[in-house]
Amino acid sequence: MDWGALHTILGGVNKHSTSIGKIWLTVLFIFRIMILVVAAERVWGDEQHDFVCNTLQPGCRNVCYDHFFPISHIRLWALQLIFVSTPALLVAMHVAYRRHEKKRQFRKGDQKCEFKDIEEIRKQRFRIEGSLWWTYTSSIFFRLIFEAVFMYAFYFMYDGFRMPRLMKCNAWPCPNTVDCFVSRPTEKTVFTIFMIAVSSICILLNVAELCYLLTKFFLRRSKKAGNSKQQPNHENKEETKQNEMNELISDSCQNTVIGFSS
Amino acid sequence: MSWAFLRDLLSGVNKYSTGIGRIWIAVVFMFRLLVYVAAAENIWKHEHDEFECNIKQPGCENVCFDHFFPVSHIRLWALQLIMVSTPSLLVVFHVAYRENREKHHNQKLYKNPGKIDGGLLCTYLISLILKTGLEIVFLVLFYKLYNGFKIPRLVKCDIKPCPNIVDCYISKPTEKMIFLYFLVATSCLCIILNLSELSYLIFKYSIKCYLKRHVKKQQ
Repeated sequence: MDWGALHTILGGVNKHSTSIGKIWLTVLFIFRIMILVVAAERVWGDEQHDFVCNTLQPGCRNVCYDHFFPISHIRLWALQLIFVSTPALLVAMHVAYRRHEKKRQFRKGDQKCEFKDIEEIRKQRFRIEGSLWWTYTSSIFFRLIFEAVFMYAFYFMYDGFRMPRLMKCNAWPCPNTVDCFVSRPTEKTVFTIFMIAVSSICILLNVAELCYLLTKFFLRRSKKAGNSKQQPNHENKEETKQNEMNELISDSCQNTVIGFSS
Repeated sequence: MSWAFLRDLLSGVNKYSTGIGRIWIAVVFMFRLLVYVAAAENIWKHEHDEFECNIKQPGCENVCFDHFFPVSHIRLWALQLIMVSTPSLLVVFHVAYRENREKHHNQKLYKNPGKIDGGLLCTYLISLILKTGLEIVFLVLFYKLYNGFKIPRLVKCDIKPCPNIVDCYISKPTEKMIFLYFLVATSCLCIILNLSELSYLIFKYSIKCYLKRHVKKQQ
């Protein structure tokens, strides 16, 4: 189980995402997960080993390191990536549930189904409307919240995004104020700023996707309202829907029956 | 052999689970297995090397480390993950047994070998009870072995060959504590999911039984 497995799981969600969602997934995998695994982990690999304090007092280095790095950058990023990827699973589960329902209908020989075989159901791409729209939108909302929370936690814990070269420590058992030197501070600062920048880009993408979905929703609603206004002598909305559905069913039934008999 | 094996195993169980069961599998994958492999393992990687005692006496550090960490947190975590995922195999075996029986008798004995009813329901309930039990056992073990879920910065040790009471410093105690709390939180979440699934299944099938009896009586 590793990041590759996450890639497999989220890859399935890719099919049912909007274009902005696909861009977000690409940015996530290439500019965050891959950079984390290939580069950032090496930079922080020797962090405690090369954290050096100007004292021979045993234990002083351990205590100072723990004081200045309650949770390492690299672990915080890993947690951030895991939490940010999790809402996409909601969408994957919803899609799997819909597919399962369609397969059940198909197996029962229901006349409402519009597929010729199970393979088509498996490959079908669901449009983002109805309950799936709500799941998708809430997943984007949660992603935004998690990103913001982690960025704030980062800023709060490390007093900004810079890694200092020298830290002064006087926690017990250090005998007095001791100079402690962080290993590779510039490289760590560069990677920190890079990860923060990519996080911000992901936040912008999520906001854009949210706006796009909301705009689409309101446009669709106004279209429906416009259509029903043009036919004033008609039944109410539900009856119109039922009529449309009945037409679709009778059309697809004819096709299905023909399909089965051939 | 690695965690990928466990992942493939659990993916196989996914097919025969209820909705809550699938959420449980997702929680185990994302918040326990992935966090373990991607983050937690590295924190405890050099715990012995970084464990430092204020003494030059050879052997004192080794002995003190062994006294305070009889089984390392990370090993207990790994054992917990393995034990908690294993009862799901009972369900997979039972379904395989059903399919085998059908093949052996060359006739359709079950409407759907993967559907949770009859004997498979009992197996599923037993697996849920075992999973919950094991989670609780490991949480209690963690609590008893380490006197709560706290990791101190400093421990005082006076076991031979240490000449007197010696200060020993644990590396990264705060980070370890954060991940330990994370482990406890996800364990509790999994226990809640298992208990809800148990009550859901018992409720569903008792209603079914009651309705069947009611229909029979009417007939």
